[in-house]
Amino acid sequence: MTLRVLYFARLRERFGVAEESLAFGGTTAADLIAELRARGGVWAEELAAGRAFRVAVNQDIVAFDAALPDGAEVAIFPPVTGG
Amino acid sequence: MKIRVQNERFDAGAEMAAMSQGRTDIGALASFVGLARDLNEGSGVQAITLEHYPGMTEKALAAVVEEAAARWALLDVTVIHRIGRLLPGDPIVLVAVASLHRGEAFAACEFIMDYLKTRAPFWKKEETPAGTRWVEARASDDAAAARWIKP
Repeated sequence: MTLRVLYFARLRERFGVAEESLAFGGTTAADLIAELRARGGVWAEELAAGRAFRVAVNQDIVAFDAALPDGAEVAIFPPVTGG
Repeated sequence: MKIRVQNERFDAGAEMAAMSQGRTDIGALASFVGLARDLNEGSGVQAITLEHYPGMTEKALAAVVEEAAARWALLDVTVIHRIGRLLPGDPIVLVAVASLHRGEAFAACEFIMDYLKTRAPFWKKEETPAGTRWVEARASDDAAAARWIKP
């Protein structure tokens, strides 16, 4: 399936990318994180177990075991700090 | 209900006046205004820049307001959150809640702020004398939001 993956704030800056289209062979958000982590470097560092980040699917925050629908807009970002 | 995400400065007084304009059923109007501070985590802050997730931000704010309206009898709600570069003293966020009595208005206003702080996708970056830095989320904000979870 194909996903549209967005990054925000510190993650966008560290990865040097705001958005990408990704061919994805896995099932869940956790699978996607594992795939991105396997890129190594800042990806492995920022998405390491124990680092705080959130995943939203089609603009709703989800648990890491959530299944990703084909064509989903998936966003990965640090805990929010507005207000 | 009015929910807006904007670059422009807002006028809290004018927003609240608009909520009660032409109606006589509102008994309480409670509000909160968050401002950009010149000090955070022990260092001076010259400016902050607010980034957000267009689309999800509006959706998340609407969900927070809907949840408040399900918990308390509210007559009107206004939420305005700014994005872009702000200077110390600039208003960042306005939450105003109209209801029959003060209890609902105070509670819902605080609830909306607590949930906004932990659910709406905004991120602050500070400019300090030592360079720029992303603001880290605080555990105290999670604790504030957790107070509202019903047993």
